[in-house]
Amino acid sequence: MSDGIHPIASLLAAVARGISGVQVQWAGCQPDEKQRIYFTNHTSHLDFVVLWSALPPEIRARTRPIAAQDYWEESPLRRYLALNVFQAVLIQRGAMAQAKSPEEAHLVGRHLVEQMALAMGEKNSLILFPEGTRGTGERVGPFRGGLYHLALRRPDVELVPAHLENMNRILPKGEVLPVPMLSLLTFGKPLQLEHGEEKDVFLERAREAVSSLRRIGSA
Amino acid sequence: MLEAIHDQKLMWLCGGVLCLLVVSTVIGGILKNRRKTDASRSTIDNLNARIRAWWKMCAIFAVSILIGRVGSLVLFGLISFLAMREYMTLVPTRRGDHRTLFWSFFVIMPLQYYLLGIQWYGFFAIMIPVLAFVFVPTRIAISGDTEHFLERAAKIQFGIMVCAYCLSHAPALLLLNISGFEGHDAQLLLYLVIVDQMSDVLQYVWGKLIGRHKIAWRVSPNKTWEGFVGGVLSATALGAALWWATPFTPLQSAGMSFTICILGFCGGLVMSAIKRDIGIKDFGVVIEGHGGILDRIDSLCFAAPIFFHLVRYYFVP
Repeated sequence: MSDGIHPIASLLAAVARGISGVQVQWAGCQPDEKQRIYFTNHTSHLDFVVLWSALPPEIRARTRPIAAQDYWEESPLRRYLALNVFQAVLIQRGAMAQAKSPEEAHLVGRHLVEQMALAMGEKNSLILFPEGTRGTGERVGPFRGGLYHLALRRPDVELVPAHLENMNRILPKGEVLPVPMLSLLTFGKPLQLEHGEEKDVFLERAREAVSSLRRIGSA
Repeated sequence: MLEAIHDQKLMWLCGGVLCLLVVSTVIGGILKNRRKTDASRSTIDNLNARIRAWWKMCAIFAVSILIGRVGSLVLFGLISFLAMREYMTLVPTRRGDHRTLFWSFFVIMPLQYYLLGIQWYGFFAIMIPVLAFVFVPTRIAISGDTEHFLERAAKIQFGIMVCAYCLSHAPALLLLNISGFEGHDAQLLLYLVIVDQMSDVLQYVWGKLIGRHKIAWRVSPNKTWEGFVGGVLSATALGAALWWATPFTPLQSAGMSFTICILGFCGGLVMSAIKRDIGIKDFGVVIEGHGGILDRIDSLCFAAPIFFHLVRYYFVP
């Protein structure tokens, strides 16, 4: 990938910031050029663009979202936005669940992690939505395993939890027109996979790290 | 456009505000050097932050009012939008309210200011209290979610009333044809804003200086009887002294200012009660030292419509 930011991406980022009036808080860490995986709760199509736009431009140029292939390849426009504009890494969501045998599931999982690790390379960061799908915003749903496997595969990168608030009220799932409420984005303290930590324990800890950044009670 | 510059009285008002800003900045600077305890330090830092914000707010307001009617409409339209944004963000709404909220922000609110722009007074006066009143609960009902139905409809309607309808009565002053006052409507808008905001400021100052007895400490811990009486009386005196910029006699001007101050106090109190109910201190963080837009204009929301109707009833033939 090139280091440049697509002009449409900059435009959409500005629009998303305007609509969401997002207030950004670096509570647990500071913006940094080192490789990171930002993982956050997912309630709206605006999530990625808002989080991405909150990063300083030089970091933004090297930060790619992980997105669901089935959704983003559905139409030429989505495909163009995902691949050309935001240089998303499209992965097959639920591929592991569809596998016929544990061995096949293992292989598929390894492939997905390899794909993400490859996309990171030596200098890129990733934005990951470990819930795997957009929720209603009432609570942060259970995390899927990708984050754990990626953390195993790339122990050198920082795992930064982030929490997006109110995005579900601005542009909820199933709506096309946004309501310009104010939102809040909080970055938490980076996590690390402990030596020998079990998958479920780690995923719950990561989920809790995101969930604990929530500041306003929901409706 | 910019003909307002040749309006000498308007220039006097602006000059007066400028002097006030300079004086308060100097006082703020002196206090900053004399502060001793930590408590007084934070109060004075907040005071200086407020003064800095006042410079910016006055500059924006002056520019828009000098541009003329369109400038004032755009400015107040924007303030309405931002205030409603703060309000709707903090008032709990549900998924089923999404489309209703979209209408509120992008159709009802802009339409209210458009009606002012084309000077259609009749429609302006009934659009929100009648049409939106019918529309909002209907649209929520169509969404199919009936949980907390009445609360949701009431909260949204209240937000539209306060942020769009009430506030739009300030620039609506520019619409009035007051006999013998043609072409000077901008002065009246400035008069309302100066008296209303100075009432807030003076209540704050009196309260900080001699405030002892709380009015409604549960609702607003900073409001004291001393601040209230001192602020209202001094702002009324200020308003009376500005009679030359209005179609009023000095006595009428005192009466109008007194009404503006009392209503401003009511607006502040009601919005504080809403904030306490939701469990927050301020509606936002946009204005340094003040909180949100809605925290700054809460008094204007109540004062504007009643001032407008008083002027319209007594001074428009």
